[in-house]
Amino acid sequence: MDLKTLTIKQARKDLDAKKYTAVDLVSAYLEAIKEKNSNLNAYLEVYNDVIAQAEAADKRIQNGEKGELLGIPLALKDNILVKGRIASAASKILENYVATYDATAIEKLKKSGAIFLGRCNMDEFAMGGSTENSAFGPTKNPYDTSRVAGGSSGGSIATVASDIALGALGSDTGGSIRQPAAFCGVVGMKPSYGRVSRYGLMAMGSSLDQIGPVAKTIEDAEIIFKVIEGKDNFDSTSKESPIEKRQNKKIIGVPRKILEEKGISEEVLKNFNESIEKFKSAGYEILDIELPRISYSLSVYYILMPAEVSSNMARFDGVKFGTLAEGETLTEDYMKTRGTLLGKEVRRRILLGTYVLSAGYYDAYYGKATKVRSLIKKDFDEAFKKVDAVLMPVSPTPAFKIGEKTSDPIEMYLADIFTVTANLIGTPAISIPSGFTTGELPLPLAIQLIAPYMQDEILFEIGKDFEKLK
Amino acid sequence: MISKDDIKKLATLSRLQISDSELESVSKEIGSILEYVGTINSAIAGEEENSPEIYNNLREDENPNDTGAQTETLLSSAPKREENFVKVKQVM
Repeated sequence: MDLKTLTIKQARKDLDAKKYTAVDLVSAYLEAIKEKNSNLNAYLEVYNDVIAQAEAADKRIQNGEKGELLGIPLALKDNILVKGRIASAASKILENYVATYDATAIEKLKKSGAIFLGRCNMDEFAMGGSTENSAFGPTKNPYDTSRVAGGSSGGSIATVASDIALGALGSDTGGSIRQPAAFCGVVGMKPSYGRVSRYGLMAMGSSLDQIGPVAKTIEDAEIIFKVIEGKDNFDSTSKESPIEKRQNKKIIGVPRKILEEKGISEEVLKNFNESIEKFKSAGYEILDIELPRISYSLSVYYILMPAEVSSNMARFDGVKFGTLAEGETLTEDYMKTRGTLLGKEVRRRILLGTYVLSAGYYDAYYGKATKVRSLIKKDFDEAFKKVDAVLMPVSPTPAFKIGEKTSDPIEMYLADIFTVTANLIGTPAISIPSGFTTGELPLPLAIQLIAPYMQDEILFEIGKDFEKLK
Repeated sequence: MISKDDIKKLATLSRLQISDSELESVSKEIGSILEYVGTINSAIAGEEENSPEIYNNLREDENPNDTGAQTETLLSSAPKREENFVKVKQVM
């Protein structure tokens, strides 16, 4: 079998037609992992029971069981809990932490018969946009190993992009699935807030986090999405999918003004304009839209997210779980555990979050940011009266060099400028490959589509139309 | 914009040990981030814009686990334990 061209859909057909078994399939992946992973640092751990999982799937297939993901090998981001397995969030503080329960998304995948190949590298606790904040070294971009894979779900994405997993789960708080997907040329989706249960996902920014699928094609991403979505009693923010699906009238809005942002590369811009023409040739109407307050998105995000981070990270105290770095007193235990076992970016965000939530500054930062957040949402609500989806770039540049942005946090944060909005307003968004840069080592480029809240399906519909044009 | 003393206070509040050598760079970085995000103060927002979509979502406290069903699993995650307790240094 040719792993390069293999899709979930094709593997499903092949497995059902008994062309090969799940054991054959995972053996091919294990072989490919052996060959490629040490160079990419995408997997932090390849599970030692992959063959046994495949044997169980083969038995179910033999028994005539049907299921879209039965026997399909997937990779997992290391902040999603699988009972009995290590979940480290790429942090020293959880290096040896063994999960005590299954995340709901995992439980659903297990039921569907998916096989878990291993857990993937990421920015520590999903905080970062390059996977350079991992305590276990950066993940490299399969297209150019001197460049980042993006982040924070860089490992998950790199496994799919380098054909060492057929699909993967990531998590997206401000672009952590979509940006690395763009950097590595695969499909990455952030579902609507509440569409996929976060039970068992390590919380970072609770009003922003979502689990989402990573795959080579829109169709494959949709297959994973359909298995993991749905209301869950263990996540009170999860919701039933809407009964009334929006009809795709083939109208796409483009907020032209954001393309004037500083720092957007010429190649991204050129590819973006070419993509617009492609949509037109597929019968789409392109409408210029105004999103007057979108320029505040990044600032709002970098106030609200650290505020939520500072609260969520309070649970790591070296007492209940994780690693303890001992001091002389209980307070010193806390200080030392958190101060030495949490990485620099995590500590920076905790401090920033503590500041914006402090009594004297709450109104000026956190209070104001929540208000501006609702204004940005209003702008989108207005736009969605006229358009089915909004088209934007994913990242202002293609994948950057490892080390290029590590010395200046603002530089790194600016890479999130086009992705954070969807998290702030809770809408679904998808990153779709749209071409390559020119040059010796061509780098992937991508476009982003944002749909109205809970209308995730329309992203797949439009995405498939776009994919056909390649 | 933000002093080293402020960072020290924040670090104490958030229970983070921070070295003197790191104070300098962290205060600079946080200062520049605050300067950047401070641009939201030019956004015009009235009191009515108070995130109406945020609401409490509570459920009945029903069907609890059987007593002790999870005790061993959870306690085995603790760095230090003594019998059925999580062990910490003297509190008072």
